[in-house]
Formats: sequence, C-alpha cells, structure tokens
Amino acid sequence: MTFPMAISGVASGLICGLIFGFALERAGFASGCKLTAQLRFRDWAVFKVMFTAILVCALGLYLLDLTGVMPSEMIYIPTTYVWATLLGGVGVGAGMAIGGYCPGTSVVSFMSGRIDGLVFFVGLLFGTLAFSGVYERLEPVLDALPGPEAQTVPQLLHLPTWVVLVALLAVAVVVGWLTRGPVPDAPCATPSSRASTAQPRIGGATRNAT
Amino acid sequence: MNQPKPLWNPYAAGALLGAGLLLTFMMTGHGLGASGFTTRLTAALAHVAAPEATEANSYMGSMVEDGANPLDSWITWQVIGLALGALIAAVTAGRFRITVDGPGRLKIGTRLLLAFAGGAIAAFGARMSLGCTSGLGLSGAATLATAGFLFLIGFFATGAGFGLLMKRFWQ
Repeated sequence: MTFPMAISGVASGLICGLIFGFALERAGFASGCKLTAQLRFRDWAVFKVMFTAILVCALGLYLLDLTGVMPSEMIYIPTTYVWATLLGGVGVGAGMAIGGYCPGTSVVSFMSGRIDGLVFFVGLLFGTLAFSGVYERLEPVLDALPGPEAQTVPQLLHLPTWVVLVALLAVAVVVGWLTRGPVPDAPCATPSSRASTAQPRIGGATRNAT
Repeated sequence: MNQPKPLWNPYAAGALLGAGLLLTFMMTGHGLGASGFTTRLTAALAHVAAPEATEANSYMGSMVEDGANPLDSWITWQVIGLALGALIAAVTAGRFRITVDGPGRLKIGTRLLLAFAGGAIAAFGARMSLGCTSGLGLSGAATLATAGFLFLIGFFATGAGFGLLMKRFWQ
C-alpha cells in the first residue's frame, strides 16, 4: 500500500470529519465561552488541545517521512503570503474573540444546540460574500511577499525537523506545567445545567469579577 | 435533569484530534478544514440567488462556471462528518441543549449580533489567508509549514487583544 492513499470519496470525508467533530466536542470546543476563555487567559484548554494535536500529527508525519512510508513531498503544505497569511490570522482571531468561534467550531457549536453558533455560521457566509465583492481590489495585498513554496519552519530556520519537534514539545510541556491545575469551568457550563446544579461560582469567576 | 458528562482531558482530546488529522493526511494527502466548505456554500447560495453576478464574480466565478456545483467536493463530506461527529459526541455526553452561549452580561440579541459580526470577520480573514484555524492553524502547523505558524501568531495575538477587550462582558 502506498501513502497517501489518494482516497477522496464520500467515506473518507465522513470518517475524517466524524473524528474531527467528535474530538472537538469532547474537548469542550462547542462552547464559545470555553473557546474565548483561552483568549481571556482563563482556561488553557484550547492551547493544550491544539498543541497536542499538532505535535501528535507532526510526529506521525515525521516518522512516516523518515521510514519512507509517506514522503513529506507527497502531502499538501501551505505556502506563506506574509500579509495575507498574517492578516487572515488577525481576522480569524478577532472573529473568535468577538463572535465566540472559528468556522469549524461554529459547526460543532450549533450541532450541540447553540443558537449563537448557528448565527456565527450564517455570518461566515456573509463575510465570504463581502470578501468576494472586494477580492479584485485586495489581490495586490493577497499576493504580496510570497514565501518559498510549501516552506516549513525547519527549512526557514535551517534546523533538522526533530529539533523543531523537540522545541515545540518543550513549549507544550512548559506552558502545560505553568497552567496546570483545575480549570474553573462553572461559568462555562450550559445555562440549564448551571441552574440545575445551582453551584456558587467559584475560582477564577469570582476573581475575574472583582 | 441529567448531569452532562465531564469534558475530556485536553491532552486526550488533542491526541485524538492529532490522530484523526494524521489519518486524514494518510488517506487524502491533505489535512482537515472548514472554511473551504463555507466558501463553497456561499458560492452555491449566491449562484441560486444571483446566477449572473456570481458567474461574473472574479472570486466565485470559477467555482460555478459551466454548471459546476461548488459543493461537489471532499470538504463537503468532511464537514457533514464534522457535524455528525459533534452531534454524536454532544448527545452521548448529555451536552445537547438548545441555548445561546456568549458573553453572559449581554442581552441575547446583542450576543447574536456579535456572533454574526464575528462570523463575518472570521470568514473574511480565512479567505485572505486561504484557510482558517482548522485548515491553516491546525493542519498547516502539523506539517510544520511556516504559513501555519504565522497564521497562529496573528490569530492568538489578535484574539487575545480583542479577548481582553471583551472580558468585561463575560461573567
């Protein structure tokens, strides 16, 4: 068998999507409160989940490349356009802080019953429409400062891949250690469950309010 | 009322997410995404509402030319899977509830307005960078692409800035 298997049918889309959605929900990423709690530095779950996922997948891709099972030239690596890539991150970050979600998590959110997730999703369609309206005028910015095609951080820094992986692992371990301990999740519980438990708000919620 | 089950440990959820992402690369050669689908959905809906304007549009035109259906793509099935996976996870954990999340100190109408505005801003950004948190932040960074990390820097820096501005609206 050769990898990637070049399966692009319905089944592969559904299977990959199912795992994706299941993992995001179990991480708590259906909640705009939980997601934006990272941006308020109240809860480091978003960082931990994202960094763990990136590390697990990156390590897997590294080993598959090393053993020749799936050479890294065979997979899609995005290319940097300095302004477009950076400003895109700025837009998605601002959008999450203001609206609570990103495109993928808004789907997870409304599938768990959140109306604001559905409204965010509808907002995505209007934002895309607005973008297509000004696309031609934006093109000079979008195409500016292209980096080398499919450039990776090891190539950029002239370091072996394993050094970059170890550095990322070190960041994850240090941040994880600094932010260990229980997370005050009561303020992010769903309103109905909050009412049913009638718990006093504890921990960071109280600190935050003062 | 039944208590919802606790969330997974973030490292466990992250490991499953990373394994699923690795499986996606092994099956298809690319990663997971989301905004690719919303772009195609926008083109499909715009084509129904205003066929000529959509065909003439420099961004969406190529997606609908010669009677092409923009939704006829792998990403459509992946997002359907994403939705089903989330639904299964929410229902089996007892977390499915019709509710409005968002800053608790704001009225529901204001929260929904912010959700709409946030969605529009996020989509505009994701079209600039050719990917969102899933396609570029997660999948791109997993390939160690410079683009993925540059995106994440912009994402977290701006998100934290606006997040702290929004802080007073949260309980």
